[in-house]
Amino acid sequence: MAGSGKGKGRGVNRRQFMGNLLRTACGVGLMGMGLGMYSRQASSLPAMAIRPPGAIPEDEFLGACIRCGLCVRDCPYDILMLGQLGDEVVAGTPYFTARTGPCEMCEDIPCIPACPTNALDHDLTDINESRMGLAVVVDQETCIAFLGLRCEVCFNVCPIRGEAISLDYQHNTRSGKHALFIPIVHSDACTGCGLCEKACILEEAAIKIFPTHLAKGELGKHYRIGWREKEKRGRALVTPDQEHQYNLPEGVRYDLQGKGLIIESENKGEELPVTSNPLDTLNRGFGEQ
Amino acid sequence: MARKPRPGLEATQTKGFLRAHKWLILRRLSQFGILGLFLLGPLAGIWIVKGNLAYSETLEVLPLTDPHVLLQAVMAGVVPHQDALIGVAIVVVIYMVLGGRVFCSWVCPVNLVTDLACCTRRMLDIRSSTQISRNSRYWMLGITLVLPLVTGSIVWELVNPVSMMFRGIVFGLGMAWLILVGIFLFDIFVSKEGWCGRVCPVGAFYSLLGSKSLVRVVAEDRDKCDDCMDCFEVCPEEQVIRPALKGADKGIGPVILSGNCTNCGRCIDVCAEDVFHFGSRFANEKPIAAKTEERPFVDAA
Repeated sequence: MAGSGKGKGRGVNRRQFMGNLLRTACGVGLMGMGLGMYSRQASSLPAMAIRPPGAIPEDEFLGACIRCGLCVRDCPYDILMLGQLGDEVVAGTPYFTARTGPCEMCEDIPCIPACPTNALDHDLTDINESRMGLAVVVDQETCIAFLGLRCEVCFNVCPIRGEAISLDYQHNTRSGKHALFIPIVHSDACTGCGLCEKACILEEAAIKIFPTHLAKGELGKHYRIGWREKEKRGRALVTPDQEHQYNLPEGVRYDLQGKGLIIESENKGEELPVTSNPLDTLNRGFGEQ
Repeated sequence: MARKPRPGLEATQTKGFLRAHKWLILRRLSQFGILGLFLLGPLAGIWIVKGNLAYSETLEVLPLTDPHVLLQAVMAGVVPHQDALIGVAIVVVIYMVLGGRVFCSWVCPVNLVTDLACCTRRMLDIRSSTQISRNSRYWMLGITLVLPLVTGSIVWELVNPVSMMFRGIVFGLGMAWLILVGIFLFDIFVSKEGWCGRVCPVGAFYSLLGSKSLVRVVAEDRDKCDDCMDCFEVCPEEQVIRPALKGADKGIGPVILSGNCTNCGRCIDVCAEDVFHFGSRFANEKPIAAKTEERPFVDAA
């Protein structure tokens, strides 16, 4: 064991040997521990950095990506970047920033076959199935659609138009006579490409791409939505439905989820104890009572 | 050990500048040539090679994979794609023939930094040196392979100066230059040949990969050695020379068999007596008829 290479290897006794061994092991061990801890800290991906389509979950991605940059080279729109030391993104790993350069959703997804280690999943062949992140309308106070102005830019640039972002028409209570065209994102169709964030007309986008785990809520595993379960089964799960009996005067029905109180039309001529129209009472006058 | 300010001066005088720097010049051409090939794409739009040292594609057909990086990925639980495996096979075969650490001296960009540090150290006549065992690198290698196993992430590549420098030049450097300055200062003031010769796990990996490789430096004409010590002075792994050069009376053959030899050929350059040549490891088995012809040395690009 000519440890130092200075030719004193011949005369090393056990004490020196153990000393050298432990010293080296200590130094390297400390370094390894430091590296391991640094890796935990460094592996948190900032929310604004989006991985290319097909990227496997982040913790596995950092084990699979060998930082070769071929996906960057094969991206025809040059939107992908490699993280550099000092960036928040792990050095050498690919990402894009939706606001400045969103994924253009090429149909042949050229970045994926370029990956030599399946860090970008080669099984993904339909770009519409990719889930790079999820668009979220983050600020209803500045999004001009919520102010009652016509915009719909995010809705119109969306490559899965009408499915990933739809417009919900709501009453404009401020003007009293207009509609609000509210953009609603649907996670079952949104790929997280970021074209909407790029196109948002505000100084700071009101619709942003977030990593899915940050953007989505999740129901407790034990939750069952009653009406969906009922639909699946075709009947109620617990006790059979019983029609509710309303204790109402003759000729009057109550439709719980529909019109409400219904006064049967056959009884038109008769005096009713209750009328839904207050004018009736007024027209009748007080004297007749 | 008598130190000379200019090892190789004698060789330059007797052989002429070109012959006394032949392998050094070829080596620099190889290092800059490889970098240049990778840069042709992003700078001039001529895509001969895409990627970086971790994995590259030449002319869209030839894959080359860094076996150390891929091994780390495999330790992290990755099943590599077929191209990556073909690339590894090609690279492993190349280095098993040419010598594992040919990567270090003919390809690795950090070698430019550490060579510069070595040169600076010699010119400033800095002799102090912290004793870091040359075996530390194998421990480091172990760490780089255990960490992915434990963390599931390729931890070494967060800081690996080798891939970081090359990737940095091709894709953008970021703060990585700080690490390179660190290595430069470390090699000058802390430890002689500290990074490449003692710490770097990538070099350690290639040492092991090339421990049985074919192309070797052979001290064929060791009886002509006049003990000028120039080869020891320029060699980045000076401990590898002694057995081959001075082992004649102990029955040790003239081939430098250590996997740590980087086949840089600098000893061949600086020897005024032309003791060293490139040859094959089998030159050891016929020590008397040691007049094997010099093999043309193909660079590792």
